[in-house]
This record gives sequence, C-alpha cells and structure tokens, in this order.
Amino acid sequence: MSVDSPKLEARAVGKNFGSLRAVSGVSMTVAHGELRAIIGPNGAGKTTFFNLITGFFPPSSGDILLDGRNINRVPAAQRVKMGMGRTFQITEIFPELTVWENARIAVETGLGFSLRAWLSANEKRQVAEAVDEVLTMANLTAQADRLVGELSHGDQRAAEIAMALALKPSLLLLDEPTAGMGDEETYKVTGLIRRLHRDSKYTIVLIEHDMRVVFHLADRISVLAEGKLLAEGTPDEISKDVHVQNAYLGKAE
Amino acid sequence: MSTVTTRADSTVVRPWQQLVIIWALLLTVPFWLPLLGGYTAIAGRVLVMALAAMGLNLLLGYTGVLSFGHAAYFGLGAYGAGLTLKYVAASTPLAILAGTLLGGIAGTLFGLLLVRRRGVYFAMVTIAFGQVCFYIAYKWDDFTGGYDGLRGFVRAPLDFGLFKLDIAGNGTLFYYFVLFVFGIAVGLQALILKSPFGRTMLAIRENERRARFLGLPVEKHIWLSFSISCFFTALAGTLYALLNNFADPLGLNYVMSGNIVMIAVMGGMRTFWGPLVGAVLFVMLQDYVSSMTTNWMFFVGTTFVLVVLLFPRGLMGLLQRKGAGS
Ligand SMILES: Nc1ncnc2c1ncn2[C@@H]1O[C@H](COP(=O)(O)OP(=O)(O)OP(=O)(O)O)[C@@H](O)[C@H]1O
Ligand SMILES: [Mg+2]
Repeated sequence: MSVDSPKLEARAVGKNFGSLRAVSGVSMTVAHGELRAIIGPNGAGKTTFFNLITGFFPPSSGDILLDGRNINRVPAAQRVKMGMGRTFQITEIFPELTVWENARIAVETGLGFSLRAWLSANEKRQVAEAVDEVLTMANLTAQADRLVGELSHGDQRAAEIAMALALKPSLLLLDEPTAGMGDEETYKVTGLIRRLHRDSKYTIVLIEHDMRVVFHLADRISVLAEGKLLAEGTPDEISKDVHVQNAYLGKAE
Repeated sequence: MSTVTTRADSTVVRPWQQLVIIWALLLTVPFWLPLLGGYTAIAGRVLVMALAAMGLNLLLGYTGVLSFGHAAYFGLGAYGAGLTLKYVAASTPLAILAGTLLGGIAGTLFGLLLVRRRGVYFAMVTIAFGQVCFYIAYKWDDFTGGYDGLRGFVRAPLDFGLFKLDIAGNGTLFYYFVLFVFGIAVGLQALILKSPFGRTMLAIRENERRARFLGLPVEKHIWLSFSISCFFTALAGTLYALLNNFADPLGLNYVMSGNIVMIAVMGGMRTFWGPLVGAVLFVMLQDYVSSMTTNWMFFVGTTFVLVVLLFPRGLMGLLQRKGAGS
C-alpha cells in the first residue's frame, strides 16, 4: 500500500477468447483520486478489460496491480475486499428486494457479517447507519422501501452504485452507468459520479459512450479499439487526436 | 424502516395475522378435523410433509437452487430414526436426533460435490445421490428390511422422570408432539431467514453475479444453505418414521423428491408458509383420491399443473402484494 504506487496499474494485459484477441497488450496507470474514462466502439474490449481488472476471469497475458501489489492470482471476491467496487453494463441488483434491503445486504457483507445468525443491537445500528449513509449519497432515501425492480432505470443504476459504495471501495469501476438513459436521468447519474469524485475523493474508472458525460467528468481518457489502446490523454488532447477521430469520433473516414 | 423489508413480507394478510391464523388452526386440529371427517394422524402427515417441503424451500424458494433429491435426506432421517429405535435404544428423542444427524450430515458432505454446479446439472446430481441411497436401502435386506421397508420398531413414550407422555399409544398426544417439534423447527427457520446469513440466501437467488461482486463466497453460502435445508428435511423424515412406525424405501425414491418439490411449488415457494398449504392440498389428494382410484398420482399431477398455470406464485402467493417486479 505504498503511497507512491498508482491506485491501479495494468501492464500489457491481454485476453483471448479462442482466436479472438478481445484485449491485447493494454497498459494503463490510474492515479489515486483520478477519474479515468475508457471509451471505444462496440466490441472494443472495454468490458473485457473490466472483467480482467475485477478478476472475473484471468488474463491470458500481462499483470494487474492494485496499490502496487500484483493481484493476478487473487480471486474476484477477494479483490472486492481489497477495495474494488463494480457496477455492470447491464444493471445487476436484487430486483425483488427493497432498496433498503439491497443496500443492507451489501453493508452487512462489507462489515463481514454475512455468515452471522444474529446481530447485537449495536451492530444493527451500525448497519442501519451505514445503509442510510449510502442511500443518502445515492439520493435514494425516499425510495428506501420500494422494490428495486420497480424503480426507474436511473434509480436502479443509483441503487447499484449505492451497493458498490456500501462496501467502502477505494476504487470504483462503472461500466456505462448512463447507458439507455434519457437526458434527465443521465444528468442525475452524472451528478452522482461527480460528487463521488470531487467531494468523496473516490478513484473511478468509467466506461462510457456518451461523450458529453466523458468530456464533462474525466481527468484523463483512454481510447480502446479492437482490443488495443489507441490513445490516452486529457479530454482536450483526445478531442484533438487524429487517430481517435478517425477510429472513433467519426469525423473523417 | 427496517421492518417491512422483503417482498415475501409484503402481503395482503399481514405476517402476524397469518401466524395467528395458522397456529390457531394447527393447535385445534384434534377438535375440528374429526368434524370434517378427517383423523388426527392425517394432520400429523401434513405437518411432516410441510416440514420436509419447508426445509427444501430454504434452498428452492429462498436460495433459488433446485434439489430434486431431497427424498434422500428425508429417507435417511426415517431410517436413522427407525434403526435407532430397533437396534440401539427405545428412545424417541434419541431416534430423532440420530436420524436428523444422519440425513443432515450426509447432505452436508454431499453438498460439497454440488456447489459448483448450477441449474439442471445441480438437480441431476441431487437425483443421482437420492437414487444411490434408495438402492442401498433396497438391496441391504438384512439391515434395512429391503423392499418391504424397515419394521419392528415403535416410537417410545416420552419419559420425563416425574411423568411420562404416552405418545406411543395416544394419537392426539403424538400429534401435539409432532406439532411441538414442527414449531421449534419453523421457528429456527424464521430466525435463519431474518439473519444476515438468511439475507445472503436471498441475494444469491436474486442475482448470483451481484452477490459475488459484493464479495460473497457464493459457493460456500449455497453449500451451507443446502446443508441446513437437508437437516430440516431429515428431521421431517424422522417424524415420518415415528408417525408410521415404519421406514419405507420408497420414501428415498425420486418420486418422493418430486412430491416434496410439488408441495413447495403448489403452496408458494416464495412464501414462508406456502409449503404448509401445499402439504394440506397434497395430503388431502393423496388420502381421498387414493381411496377411490389407484391412479391418484394422476390427479396430483393434474392439480399441480393447474395450480402452477393458474397461480404461478402458488396458493400462498395469492396473498402477496400485486404488481411488483416483472
Ligand atoms: N466471455 C466471452 N466469451 C467470448 N467472447 C467474448 C466474451 N466477452 C466478450 N467477448 C468478445 O470480446 C469482444 C470485446 O467485447 P467487450 O464486451 O469487452 O466489448 P465492449 O468494448 O465492452 O463493447 P460494448 O461497447 O458493446 O459494451 C467482443 O467481440 C465480444 O464478442
Ligand atoms: Mg461493454
């Protein structure tokens, strides 16, 4: 946990599915407190890259380091305990449970209570306070008693982010948090991410298709195409990059 | 805010009202059942099948994992109790303890082989193990009575030193004994479901991937829930042997496993009391229809299909809040 080492480092990671090189030789360094956006066309390997970082499957090549420590052999559940919180491209929640209950399960798991048959009054209070805190952060207090499956798309996203926050992560990985949303919902979720970044100082890696969101939020942007890292830089640099324009932003053929 | 929490709780009839109604009915069975032309032993059978199905339902309805082999643990419980009474000691509590441990521990060990499988594969392996137990009981004539089942034991009166309860001779007393054990068992189940561990079962049912990315060791939790489930179903099996003074190899068969699943599904597997309602329906059909025709399973099957088509959430599911979820 040296302070000098970056929060997250990928060293030439690759992933093959049979003959398909979904990710190949991608290196990336994310500093503490940074908000990094990953952009790229469909099928570029963005989600696969997240799956490698979070340990969904092992890389075919390369190394992944968290706080300077090589975590290639660390299983997914353990990486969560080391501070990785993740949301998915398709929202993953507990649809037939209430918002409160969704957050409570996350909080209890984070506190290491998940095998317990009972909790003391103190522990229950501790859980309740933590649940209230993340629901407040995600602006969901009013919906606490509703089934998550009944909420709007945007609020389901917020609930998923709340569950990730409940684990007190030091690194948040968000896979297209505004996908399929209208302007108003996009605005809400963008606001939440910005608060998490600016006010709560989370390190965030964000996959996003909506360029307004990306250019608005990101400190730095990495562009993936066909599994390779095409470019990396500040929003300004990326918007001027000719390769990126050709490959992705679609200015010229 | 933390009281009304899961969907299963948000019913039209409040949970405490259900509790009062159900226990009032169960406690007064010997008074009203004869008026309807029933007999108390049949109510004992309802409790036993309900407990077996509630045990299964911890797995099926709450963890979302289908076992088609719970007859194995039910049967092991029954044989464990019978063999204890026959060869070890004439003690009903010891028989219950031994049978429950036998079935529960077998399930716990077997569960280790299961937890990485999902869906149909999980169900298939559970069937296979059930059939292994069935053939052992069937072939091991000398010890288990083979095809004819295990006979030659009777439940022993409860001896409290100062006084005895004659659950062997007095059917009503035995019913209350079964009800007492049932009450403790379902009380324990309710506690488990309300615990942090119980909530992780729901989490796995709702979304295994999300559970995993909360850092839950999903396999371990499925294993534990399978194990707990087997202990309860084995306990039901011990009561079944005591009820009939008989352990039947067919009690280990996949047909029995199917019955236990049907009871849970008909009654409503997303509800706590659903399996009890399913057991009432099942035992009634079994009893009345089988006295009229040998093809009673046909009627049970037809009823099952109708219930599932008309009430996908089971009979108790009818009491649940509408319009939620999908
Ligand atoms: N588990 C898998 N097995 C086989 N192929 C896969 C798997 N996951 C992804 N792929 C393939 O790898 C390539 C990269 O997919 P990935 O989901 O990482 O793209 P993406 O950049 O996230 O795209 P999108 O913007 O559409 O979400 C695609 O061709 C995809 O079909
Ligand atoms: Mg993707």
